[in-house]
Amino acid sequence: MSKPVKQIHLAAHFPGVNNTTVWSDPEAGSHIEFDSFAHLARTAERAKFDFFFLAEGLRLREQGGKIYDLDVVGRPDTFTVLAALAAVTERLGLTGTINSTFNEPYEVARQFASLDHLSGGRAGWNVVTSWDAFTGENFRRGGYLPREQRYERAQAFLSAASTLFDSWRGDEIVADPDRGVFAADPRAGAFAYRDAHFGIEGRFDVPRGPQGRPVILQAGDSEEGREFAAATADAIFTRHGTFEAGQAFYADVKGRLARYGRARDQLVVLPAATFVVGDTDADAHEKAAVIRRKQVSGQTAIKFAEQLWNRDLSGYDPEGPLPEVDPLPGENTISRGRASVRMYRDPIATAREWRKLASARNLSLRELIIEVTGRQTFIGAPGTIAREINHLVQQDASDGFILVPHVTPGGLDEFADAVVPLLQERGVFRSDYEGVTLRDHLGIGSSLPGNLDRSA
Amino acid sequence: MAGKPELHLATALEATGWHPASWREPRARPGEIFTAAYWTDLVREAERGLLDFVTIEDSLGGEGRSDHTGRVRGRLDSVLIASRVAPLTTAIGLVPTVVTTHTEPFHLSKALATLDYVSRGRAGVRVRVDGSAEGAAHFGRRDPETLTREALFAEAADYVEVIRRLQDSWEDEAEIRDVATGRFIDGDKLHYIDFEGPWFSVRGPSITPRPPQGQIPVAVLAHATAAYRLAARSADLVFVTPRDEPDAARIVAEIGAESDVAGREKPPGILADLVVFLDETERAAIGRKARLDELAGEAYVSDAAVFAGTAEQLAELLIALAEQGVTGFRLRPGAIPHDLLAITADVTAALRKTGRYRGPSATTGPTTLRGTLGLGRPASRYAEVRA
Repeated sequence: MSKPVKQIHLAAHFPGVNNTTVWSDPEAGSHIEFDSFAHLARTAERAKFDFFFLAEGLRLREQGGKIYDLDVVGRPDTFTVLAALAAVTERLGLTGTINSTFNEPYEVARQFASLDHLSGGRAGWNVVTSWDAFTGENFRRGGYLPREQRYERAQAFLSAASTLFDSWRGDEIVADPDRGVFAADPRAGAFAYRDAHFGIEGRFDVPRGPQGRPVILQAGDSEEGREFAAATADAIFTRHGTFEAGQAFYADVKGRLARYGRARDQLVVLPAATFVVGDTDADAHEKAAVIRRKQVSGQTAIKFAEQLWNRDLSGYDPEGPLPEVDPLPGENTISRGRASVRMYRDPIATAREWRKLASARNLSLRELIIEVTGRQTFIGAPGTIAREINHLVQQDASDGFILVPHVTPGGLDEFADAVVPLLQERGVFRSDYEGVTLRDHLGIGSSLPGNLDRSA
Repeated sequence: MAGKPELHLATALEATGWHPASWREPRARPGEIFTAAYWTDLVREAERGLLDFVTIEDSLGGEGRSDHTGRVRGRLDSVLIASRVAPLTTAIGLVPTVVTTHTEPFHLSKALATLDYVSRGRAGVRVRVDGSAEGAAHFGRRDPETLTREALFAEAADYVEVIRRLQDSWEDEAEIRDVATGRFIDGDKLHYIDFEGPWFSVRGPSITPRPPQGQIPVAVLAHATAAYRLAARSADLVFVTPRDEPDAARIVAEIGAESDVAGREKPPGILADLVVFLDETERAAIGRKARLDELAGEAYVSDAAVFAGTAEQLAELLIALAEQGVTGFRLRPGAIPHDLLAITADVTAALRKTGRYRGPSATTGPTTLRGTLGLGRPASRYAEVRA
C-alpha cells in the first residue's frame, strides 16, 4: 500500500542581514521601506505560501571593533512590520523572531495576542534565546545568561506566555447591551505564574485570539534545541545540507514527539533553503555561480576568513592563497553578534582542512570561501526544482521549506510564477487556502483550549 | 481672525468611547473592538475629518483589574493597532501610547521607527508612566515601592532621551551601497549612543535606520508640575486638562516657565483635552450624557473637562481656550461612533467658519506628522557634531 501523498509547506523568509542577500544586484530594492516587505508578502500570498518570516537581531554585528559594513545593515521591528503586513494580505501567516532573553512575557504575550487579533489568526513566533553580554548592552537586564540556562529561560518564558494566552477561554465577551454585561466572567484574564525565572500575576488584558496561542517556531539543530522543539514547537527550522542528514534529522525530531504525547504531524519540519531558477538546468547553474561570486566579494572573503582565524587578515589578497598562520585559539574576539562563528568548534583543524582543499583544487582564498560557505539548495529549471522539493518532502527529509531569496524584494517572484504551479499540478501543494489561520495552513490543529482553572 | 495660527485638532480613540456606558449605545460596536476592521473604520473617519492625528490609549497595568462585568474589558497593543491601520490611511498622524516604566527603550525606539516607515512619516508617540502595583506585578521585576512619582518621571525623561538618540544613531545618508568598496553602509555615519542612567544603559546604535521624520513627535499627557516639566524637557506636544479659561492660562504659563528653565526656544505644542458629547441641541447632548450616566450607575467624571452641547458651542469654547495660548485640542469622544462623527463633521465645520481650521485643500501631497504639526525635520545630532 502506498503512503498518501504529503502536502508541502512553503514559507518566505525576508532576505537577511548576511551575505546571502545580494544588495549590489541592480534589481535589489530597499531593505527597510515598507513596500519591500509588502512586495514579498504579496508574492508569497499569491503563491499560497503558508507564511512570511522575518528574522531579528538586537545589536548590529561588529568585526575588528567596527560595525560590519559589507552586508545589508538595518532591519525593522518584527511586531510592527508584521502588523502592517496584516493590512496588505488576507491569509498569509505572519511570523517572526522574538527574543526570550531581552523581553518580558507579559509584554510579548500581549503583542502576539494583539497581532493574532489584528491579523485574524495568522501570528507565529520564532522563539530564540541569546546569552551574550554584547547584545545585553542595549537592554535593561544587561549582562547575559549562562549558556546552559538559555533554553531553560526560553522554556520558562514560553510557559509564562502560554499561561497568559490561556488566561481567557475565548467565550467571555458577550457584549450584551440590554443586560449590560460586557464580559460574562469577572475573573477573565486572571493569571499567576512563578518559577526560577519569572514571578508574575494579575490580569492579562487581551482576550483570546483566533488561534488561542500563536504558532510556535523554533530554530535549532542542537540537542537542546531539538528537545525544546519536540516539547513545545509547532514548526522547526533546520539547516541540513544533504538528503541523508535531512532524513536523519527528520526521523530524530519526529521520534521525540511521542514522549510529549504529541502526534508526528504536530511538528512541521522546515529547513531553510536558497534557490536559483533558470530557463534550463545549465542556465541556472551558470546564474548560481555568478550569484555566489556576488555573495562573496573579495572583501567578504577576507572578513569570513577573519571569523575563523580570529585575526586581522586585512593585509591578505583574497585572490591569493590562504593564510599560512594558524587561527588564534580561544574566545572569538574579532567578530561579535554573529551566530555563525560558533559553528567553528575547532578552528585550527578547520583551517587545516581549508588549506588542504584549496591546494588540492588550486583555489584562491575567495574561491575557497565560495566553496565552503555552501552553494544554493535548489538550482535548476522550474521542473527540476519542483521535482527535488517534492522528492525531499515525500521521502521524509522535510515537510517543506522556508525559502530565502537572495534579492529584495522580487527574489521570490520567479519561484512563485514558475515553480509553484508545477507543485500544484502534481497535487502536492495547495491551489488555494483551505483554512483561515496559520494553524489551518500548517495542519497542526488548534491550540489547547483556554485555561479552565479560575482559582489563580 | 486673520493672522492667528490654525488650531491643531486631534482625537483620542478609546474602545467604544470614553464614557463607561458608551458600549451600550445603539450604534456602538462593542463586540468588534478587538478587530482590525473596527480600528480601521475609526482612524479612516478621523482622516476624513482632516484631523491632525489620532491617539490610541494603552496600558500595561491597573486598568484591567476591575472585576466589573458591565464595563469594557481588555485592549490591544496600541503600537500594533497603529501599524495595522497605517497602510490603509495616507495623511493622518498615528500616535500610540507607550508605557515607559516596564518596557525597553531599545525595543520601542525601533517599533516607533518602523511605524514611521510603514506610515511614511506619520508616527508619533505618547509616553506615560505606570506606578501601579498591578503593573509591577505583571512584570515581576520592580518593587512598586520604588516607583515614586519623581522616579517615574525622571525615568520617562531618560527613556525619551534614549529614543531620540537611537533615532539619530543612523545619519540620514548612512546607507551608501558602494559596490566598489563592497560597503552597504558608511560606518562613520552610525553612532553608539552610550546612554547611561540609573534605570538602564543603552549602547546602540539602533538596528533600524533613521525614520522618515528623523525624530518622531513625542507627546505627554500632563496634569501637574512633574509632567509639565517632563513635557518641557522632552516632548514636542503636551496634552493638558484645563477646567476653564483661567486654568488654561495658568497651565500655559507654567509650561512656558518650565520650557524656559529647560532652555528650549519654543515650548511644546499645547493641546487641551476635552471629553465631548455633541448633539444638535445642548439639551439633547446633556440628556444623552445623563442617560449614559444612568446606565453606568454614576455620573461620569474625567481628568479632563467634560463638555455636552452643540458643535458650535464647542467651537466657541475652543476659540476662547485658544485665546489663552493653547495651540490645539485633543477631543475625547464620549461615545463612538456618535461623538467621533460629530467631531469629524460638525466641529471641524464650525471651526472652519472661524478661519482657524484648515480646509480640505490644505492636505494635498505627502503628509508627515511633523509637517502637520509645523515641526521641521531635524538633522541627526551626531551629524551636527561631525560637521
